Amino acid sequence: MTASQPSREPRIAAPARTGIVLGLAGFAAVVVAQVHAILTSPAEADMGHLQKIMYVHVPAAWMTFIAFFVVLVYSVKYLWRRDENDDLLAAAAAEVGAVFNGLTLALGMIWGRPTWGVWWAWDARLTSTLVLFLIFIGYLALRAFVDDAGQKARWSAAVGAIGAINVPIVYMSVKWWRTLHQEPSSPSTLDPAYTLGLRLNAIAMLILTIYFIRKRYEIARVERASEHAAQAAAMGTGGR
Amino acid sequence: MHAIDISGLGRRFGIRWVLRGVTLTVRRGEVVGLLGANGSGKSTLLRVVATLLKPNAGTVSVNALDVVRNADGVRAQLGYLAHAAGVYDDLTARENLQFAADMLGVSGSEIPRILERVGLSHVAHDRARGFSAGMQRRLALGRLILRHPSVLLLDEPYANLDIAGVALMNSVMTDIIAAGGTALIALHELAPARAILDRTVTLVDGRIAAELSATEPTVQPTETR
Amino acid sequence: MALRDDWRRVRAIAKKDLVSELRGKAGFNSVASLGITILVLLGLALGPDAAVLRHAAAGAVWLATLFSAVLAFNRSFQSELEGGALEALLLYPGPRWTVFAGKLLGNLAFVTAMVLIVVIAGVVLFGVRVPDAWPSIVGVLALGVIGVVVLGTFYASMASRSRAREVLLPLLLFPMLVPVLIAATTATRALLGADLMHEAGAWIRLLVAFDLVFLIATFLAFEHVIDA
Repeated sequence: MTASQPSREPRIAAPARTGIVLGLAGFAAVVVAQVHAILTSPAEADMGHLQKIMYVHVPAAWMTFIAFFVVLVYSVKYLWRRDENDDLLAAAAAEVGAVFNGLTLALGMIWGRPTWGVWWAWDARLTSTLVLFLIFIGYLALRAFVDDAGQKARWSAAVGAIGAINVPIVYMSVKWWRTLHQEPSSPSTLDPAYTLGLRLNAIAMLILTIYFIRKRYEIARVERASEHAAQAAAMGTGGR
Repeated sequence: MHAIDISGLGRRFGIRWVLRGVTLTVRRGEVVGLLGANGSGKSTLLRVVATLLKPNAGTVSVNALDVVRNADGVRAQLGYLAHAAGVYDDLTARENLQFAADMLGVSGSEIPRILERVGLSHVAHDRARGFSAGMQRRLALGRLILRHPSVLLLDEPYANLDIAGVALMNSVMTDIIAAGGTALIALHELAPARAILDRTVTLVDGRIAAELSATEPTVQPTETR
Repeated sequence: MALRDDWRRVRAIAKKDLVSELRGKAGFNSVASLGITILVLLGLALGPDAAVLRHAAAGAVWLATLFSAVLAFNRSFQSELEGGALEALLLYPGPRWTVFAGKLLGNLAFVTAMVLIVVIAGVVLFGVRVPDAWPSIVGVLALGVIGVVVLGTFYASMASRSRAREVLLPLLLFPMLVPVLIAATTATRALLGADLMHEAGAWIRLLVAFDLVFLIATFLAFEHVIDA
């Protein structure tokens, strides 16, 4: 489906249907992993059962990074090859990533309220994740405000790639910012008692993430295919 | 090889297809008028040939150079006069042309002569902000002359010009054509250009509807499908 | 020689922008005035305790700079969009990075001049005691301004041509400038004090790295975004 000539648009073709099986498997995996983790993990010393929120919060954070990485890879690939499918995939990953990012933040705040006594304590990780969320939002806003498909793709790819490059710099600078002063406590994820639960949930959530991104991508492809069909109609039968 | 070769050109904005399979060739030395109702795609067509917009379908080449793959080569031969003059309000007429000369890599020594030619010598050191629309168009024309183009793409060049301005425009075009140039001119009405056109084509519904030699009576595109 | 041609184009664009700006003085004056206004509002909102204000000075100056700079960046492309000059600009031969470099230099001069005014106003309004280490503070300011201008020019080249440009530019730019904001304000605060822990050096290195990374990244990306 790559464009063979810069001035010729890709042929109309919808991608292979994302099986509902993948989605069901993902949901099932998450349920299983969550139940396992909740039942088998001990209550934590300080936080009691509040600790269990980590089994969603931490994998959600990891999915956010994975999604952002997908945005980076396909943004760069689009700038290199100008295949519009790469742009659609990057955009799908950005949407899914933004959702997981929001989830991470919400759960972090829910964990923080009883722990710190406040909804927000400007700890390094949550703050960086919030900035990341804003970068995602900027990317999606750009797409919303640009109408021309080619321009949208090129601009998104540039903004996505440059935004992704900034992620490690943001995390590093916020972390330094916080280490100068007393850092609020962070959820402990190092205790080996929790590692298995985290890994299981991470894998389960990865399956779901892949499903969400593929599904979103498929929808975008179908929308784009209908635009191409409109092209054929506009250009006349066998439009050159 | 043709000066301008357009084959099956399609261009859309959002979901609206403005150009739907335009095919047109302009031979070297020809002056072709492009007619069409408002919104018929004349400006869009010129902008694609001028490398300002990329085709969504089809191919366009200027002197055998593809406008997408060889955009730089195409630009080196073009003289494009847009609807908007594109002059910098806070610079003087002379400074506007000097900027163009710097960007083009040509010497500024021609500028006084060009200002004379387009009738702006008396305001050479006045800021473009005070210029009338006609004067701005003359300045844009001066910028075009500076490029020594071989292919002219003019979008309603007579807009805002008085009789003297129209005569100037025709005179400049004639000079460029006589030196071996080609021109594709988008027009609202034929009258000012009748003297220099070789033929006209009409854009209807995003396609070339009719080709006429300039001596035939004009067919006004009143119906749209 | 091609590079000399390119450099001539860069200079021509920067010169054109600066000459236009100097002649239409309304632009710079109003942006600088806005910077001062924001400082005043911040002083009113955070004060009147002198110690609080002194501590907030670095942050206040940087925020005033950021909000005003956004206007400067949109303006620099505005002049090309009104009257269709951008199209004419894109039709000149030569690589696109020269347009970016020219705009960059123009914006750099503009924002530097603006920052000077805002800093002076900030020192006065927020009761800052200028320390011996003030050259280092100037260095921090310079590095921060470079970071702001590089990303600001880049995003403005897109935002100014989209719908909702007023909101899109800050929305895109501000999250990206978080490292600059943190580094510049923290280093400045440290240098205004005694910098007992020598933190400023690390932050300065971060700023240098940030500026280099994004200078290169935006130059590479610009040709993809400038064409219609």
